[in-house]
Amino acid sequence: MLERKTVDHVARLARLELSDAEKDKMAVELSQILDHIEAIRQLDLEGVEPTSHVVDIVNALRADVPHASLSRAVALASAPDPTDSGFGVPSPGASAE
Amino acid sequence: MSAEVEYEPVIGLEIHVQLKTRTKMFCCCALSFGDEPNVHTCPRCLGLPGTLPVVNAQAVHYGIMIGLALGCEIAPRSQFHRKNYFYPDLPKGYQISQYDVPICGPGRLADVRIHRVHLEEDAAKLVHVGESGRIHSADRSVVDFNRGGTPLAEIVTEPDLHSADDAREWLILLRTTLRAIGVSDVNMEEGSLRCDANVSLRPKGSTTLGTKTELKNMNSFRFLAQGVKAEIERQTKLLRSGEEVSQETLHFDPASGRITSLRSKEEAHDYRYFPEPDLVPLVVDDAMLEAARAELPELPSARAERFEETLGLPRDRARDLAFRTELGDFFEAALAAGGADADPIAVANWIPALVERIGSDADPASSKVSPGALAGLAGMVAAKSVNQTAAREVLTMLVASGGDPAQIVEREGLGAIDAQDSGLAEVVAAAIAADPGAADKVRGGNMKATGPLVGYVMRETKGRADGGEITRLIREQLGL
Repeated sequence: MLERKTVDHVARLARLELSDAEKDKMAVELSQILDHIEAIRQLDLEGVEPTSHVVDIVNALRADVPHASLSRAVALASAPDPTDSGFGVPSPGASAE
Repeated sequence: MSAEVEYEPVIGLEIHVQLKTRTKMFCCCALSFGDEPNVHTCPRCLGLPGTLPVVNAQAVHYGIMIGLALGCEIAPRSQFHRKNYFYPDLPKGYQISQYDVPICGPGRLADVRIHRVHLEEDAAKLVHVGESGRIHSADRSVVDFNRGGTPLAEIVTEPDLHSADDAREWLILLRTTLRAIGVSDVNMEEGSLRCDANVSLRPKGSTTLGTKTELKNMNSFRFLAQGVKAEIERQTKLLRSGEEVSQETLHFDPASGRITSLRSKEEAHDYRYFPEPDLVPLVVDDAMLEAARAELPELPSARAERFEETLGLPRDRARDLAFRTELGDFFEAALAAGGADADPIAVANWIPALVERIGSDADPASSKVSPGALAGLAGMVAAKSVNQTAAREVLTMLVASGGDPAQIVEREGLGAIDAQDSGLAEVVAAAIAADPGAADKVRGGNMKATGPLVGYVMRETKGRADGGEITRLIREQLGL
C-alpha cells in the first residue's frame, strides 16, 4: 500500500486538496495502478520499443504563417482577475523572473 | 580541507535561445518584442481546454541548423514531453519540452562539448509593475502572454569550461555562430539569449566533480563573467574553511555583486515528465537535413581556421575577426578592395585601431571608413610612405569624416620623411647637439638613452619620421 506521505506529495504537486477519506481512497487506487505496472515489468520486453503513441503518424507540422490573435478584450474576458492590460494573478512570491 | 589546496573550477552552461520564427512554437500567434501586453494570444497559447498544439516546421528547421552548426548528431526520431509544474507564467500547468530523446545529441563547438540541444516553448512574462509605472501590491502580479509559447532551443554543454573568462569567450563564440546561421536575434538584453551556469570546484588534478550550483539571471556577457567569478570565490571560501557546497539554484545580482539562494531544498523539482500525447514523434528525414545543411553559411570557427591557415593571421587575431561577423566581413571587404597587393596581416592589424575609434560594439561597415580606405592606409604603412604614428592620426580623420587616406596624408603633410632625405639627418644632428648627455650615454652603450633623441626628432618632424630610420641615423652619427 502506498504511504500516506507519498499521496500527500503527489497531491501537492498536482495542487489537489484532498480530504482524509479521499487520500485513503487514492492510496488504494494508486497502489493498484502501480501493481499493474509492476506486473507489466515482469514481462520479457527485451527489444520492444516503448509505445508513446498508438497512431502510426509522424511529423504533423505546420507552416510558419501567422494568423490573427485574439483581441486583448476577448483574451481577458474570462480571466478571474483582469487588469487593464493583463491577467492578474496571486504573486508567486520569490519570483524567478 | 587544508588551506593549501588549489581548486579548479568546472563550468557547464545551459543556454536558452529564442528562435527567430514568425509564429510561436505550437500556435499561429505572431512573435513580438516590446508590444503592448497580451495582444499576441490565442486559445492555444493561453492553454484553454480543448486546444491542441501543432509543431512549427520552421522551428524544427532552425533546431536542425543549430545541431549541424554545433556538430551534433541529429536524432532520426525524437519526441516531445510534458514537464509539469505550476507557475503563473505557464497556463497549461506544463511546458512542452523534450526529455529523453532530444532533437540533437552530442556535438562540439571549439573546445567545449555539447551535451544536447532540444526544442521547447518559452513561458509567459510575469510583470510586477503596473502600466502606469506604479508597483502592484506584493500579493498580486500581472501575466503578459505575448512571450508565452515562443520557440526555444535549449543548448546544454558538458562541464568543459574552467574559468569565468573562458565561459564568457565561449558564449560570445556561440552567439556569433547562432547569429551567423540566422536562427535567432541572440540579444541578451532583450532575452533572446539567456544563460545559466553550473559551477563546481574540485582539487586541481582530480577528475571527480564537486557539488555544483546553478547560477541564474546572467543577462549580459559581463554579468556572466562577474557572476561565475563571484561564485567561484564563494565556493573556494566555503571549501577552504572546511564547509560544504550545497546543491542549489542561485541568483546573481549584478548591482551588488551578491549571490543569493533562489529556492529552498524542499521545493526540489519533481517535473513528472511524460510523453506529450498530443504530439506525434518528430522524424528528421534526409530532405530536412539537406534543407538545413543548404542554408548554413561558413561558420565562425571555420572562418577563423581559414584566416589562420590560408591568410596566415596569428590565431588570436584570426579569432577576434572571425568571431565577430561584422569585423570579419569588413576585413574581407578591405582585402578585396586592396586587390592582389593587400597584405592580410597588415590589413588585419589595423582593425583593432579602427574598432577602438568607432566604439567596441559598432559595425565598421556603418562607419565613414570604407574598406578600401583601410586597405589603402595599411598599404601605405607597409610601404613606409607613412609611419605608424601618422597613420593613426589619418585613421582618426577617416573615422571623423571619411575620405581617401592618400589625399589626407598629402593635404596634412603627414607623409613620412624620405629615408634618403638629408633633412632628417640634419634634424638628428640637431637632436644630438641639443642633448649631449643623452648622446654620451648612447655612445657608452646605453641604447635606452636614444629615447629623448628620437622624441626630439619626432617633435621636430611632427611625427612623420620613421622610428627605425631615426635610430639608424643616431647610431651612424655617433659612430656606433
